[in-house]
Amino acid sequence: MTAAPPAAPSAERAARARRAPSGRVPLVLLLPALLGLAFLVLPLAGLLWRAPWSTLGTRLAQPHVLEALRLSLVTATLATALCLLLGVPLAWMLARVPFRGVRLVRALVTVPLVLPPVVGGVALLLVLGRRGVVGQWLDAWFGITLPFSTAGVVLAETFVAMPFLVISVEGAIRAADLRYEEAAATLGAGRWTVFRRVTLPLVAPGVAAGAVLCWARALGEFGATITFAGNFPGRTQTMPLAVYLALETDPQAAIVLSLVLLAVSVLVLAALRDRWTGAA
Amino acid sequence: MTDATDATGTTAGTRAGAAGLDARLVVRRAAFDLDLALAAAPGEVVALLGPNGAGKSTALRALAGLVPTAGGHVRVDGTDLRHLPPDRRGIGMVFQDYLLFPHLSALDNVAFGLRCQGLGRKAARARAAAWLDRVGLAEHAAARPRALSGGQAQRVALARALAVEPRLLLLDEPLSALDAHTRLEIRAALRRHLAGFAGAAVLVTHDPLDAMVLADRLVVVEDGRLVQRGSPAEIARRPRTDYVARLVGLNLYRGHARGTVVTVRDEQDGDMIDLNVVDYLEGDVFLSFAPASVALYRTRPDGSPRNLWQARVGGVERQGDRVRVQLEGPPLSAAADVTPAAVAELELIEGSTIWAAVKAAETHVYPA
Repeated sequence: MTAAPPAAPSAERAARARRAPSGRVPLVLLLPALLGLAFLVLPLAGLLWRAPWSTLGTRLAQPHVLEALRLSLVTATLATALCLLLGVPLAWMLARVPFRGVRLVRALVTVPLVLPPVVGGVALLLVLGRRGVVGQWLDAWFGITLPFSTAGVVLAETFVAMPFLVISVEGAIRAADLRYEEAAATLGAGRWTVFRRVTLPLVAPGVAAGAVLCWARALGEFGATITFAGNFPGRTQTMPLAVYLALETDPQAAIVLSLVLLAVSVLVLAALRDRWTGAA
Repeated sequence: MTDATDATGTTAGTRAGAAGLDARLVVRRAAFDLDLALAAAPGEVVALLGPNGAGKSTALRALAGLVPTAGGHVRVDGTDLRHLPPDRRGIGMVFQDYLLFPHLSALDNVAFGLRCQGLGRKAARARAAAWLDRVGLAEHAAARPRALSGGQAQRVALARALAVEPRLLLLDEPLSALDAHTRLEIRAALRRHLAGFAGAAVLVTHDPLDAMVLADRLVVVEDGRLVQRGSPAEIARRPRTDYVARLVGLNLYRGHARGTVVTVRDEQDGDMIDLNVVDYLEGDVFLSFAPASVALYRTRPDGSPRNLWQARVGGVERQGDRVRVQLEGPPLSAAADVTPAAVAELELIEGSTIWAAVKAAETHVYPA
């Protein structure tokens, strides 16, 4: 309220600062910039160029394509749900509960971001595999086998995608005004009520953005999935795996599947445009 | 205040005649130390007045349980709340910028506390609607806080705090976010609502006018310590620190009285001057007079008034329909109020020398 008037001149100043000084753009910067742009855009253009548009409909309707698509959508959605269920409380802990080693925990949470997904798959296999540290008990006590199952796909995707959600939500919670939570507390709200009725609604946009990001990452997951869950059509063969397989036997099909994934990426970008392109 | 003898706060539980608020707040921070005794009877409004950074807001937050206290007690109606978390203290708080939940309507903001008390959604909303009606905002029930004006938001915040029927109401700078015009109107409305509130109320402000209008008693805090307390009239008449004197617009000096003569030592250069007064006192005293009672002369006046001194003009500043002249010692620094016409007549320019006089009858002396 009171911050609005002083904010206006500072925004103006920032806009002025951002404007480039007059003069031509030096070639030594312009050329690599254009080259970089071309490098990013041309492969996608090539994909569209070489797509078998006339047979697109029939190829998309093929059972194994539909099956891979369905499996991808289902597992990515389940993985996102799992990420929300576990990741939002984790993000809240990191942002709101001061405890010893919080920096270490935050670093651990981000490990899957930089870890090669294949390594993640191997690690999951070692822990949750039939002979794994936890897996052998799951097998012995409950008869649950996770590797090479649809549940395994969900777990592999969750492992890789969760950091995206945690980081996004933690940032949102940190940015949220703590004083709203204090106001809620003076009105008699306990910590759970404060979280449910104040914190969560305040950071809902951050949670949504994190979930979309998380879902997109899960949908494209390849390395951890193929390592931990294998490549069984109808059970663990998601779209990226199907693309990889099709490339060897039926390149046209690979292009069609790639197009579908590209379309999904564009949709995700459109969903997040306010957060990324708008805010920048 | 009785709690000076009972600083430990270990005697939790009821005490005879302990209705209302009775607190001693001890907060220790790295660069800051607050130790403040505070009491308010049911129905009484106490204003915490002080300069920025004096610890007023910290004191209020300590009462609410939002900052941890290092000692003391927070008794409300005889029960010590010091070790309870904020959500179990049963207090109401109006925050400086109101902090209405942006994702809830005005009605649901007011209903929030009632829902936390376990009331069903329908019952809570009905009670909240009645509160919104009381603050004159019935037609804005569905509005989001963003759509409310500053004054409306303040009233919703007040309704939200009062709806839980707290035994203690805390108000942190409740008018500071408002523009001058709205402030006048909302101040009057707030006064009405505070008058109708049965519990104790503590108000934090740095505006003396807000404090004088809204509070029954003032507590002046500087550097985390109480420096003066009393009724608004008493504080306005007898300031005891430079800060309070500035607030109420008086010239204030410390001095030593021998009968009707007070020796005042100027704080800046240590010069002494004897002033004649009418109050008969002995020992250390405060001496005050209003800037308007200072008369200025270009040349030494004839038939001289008894308190006369020569001073340098340090500054001339227009304040409403009067002009405030800062006089610099030695022997005495003071503020003087004159009319704009007098400024021209006296050729008041910064650095010029002028004669100043105060009648003994215009001074006010009281024990230090």
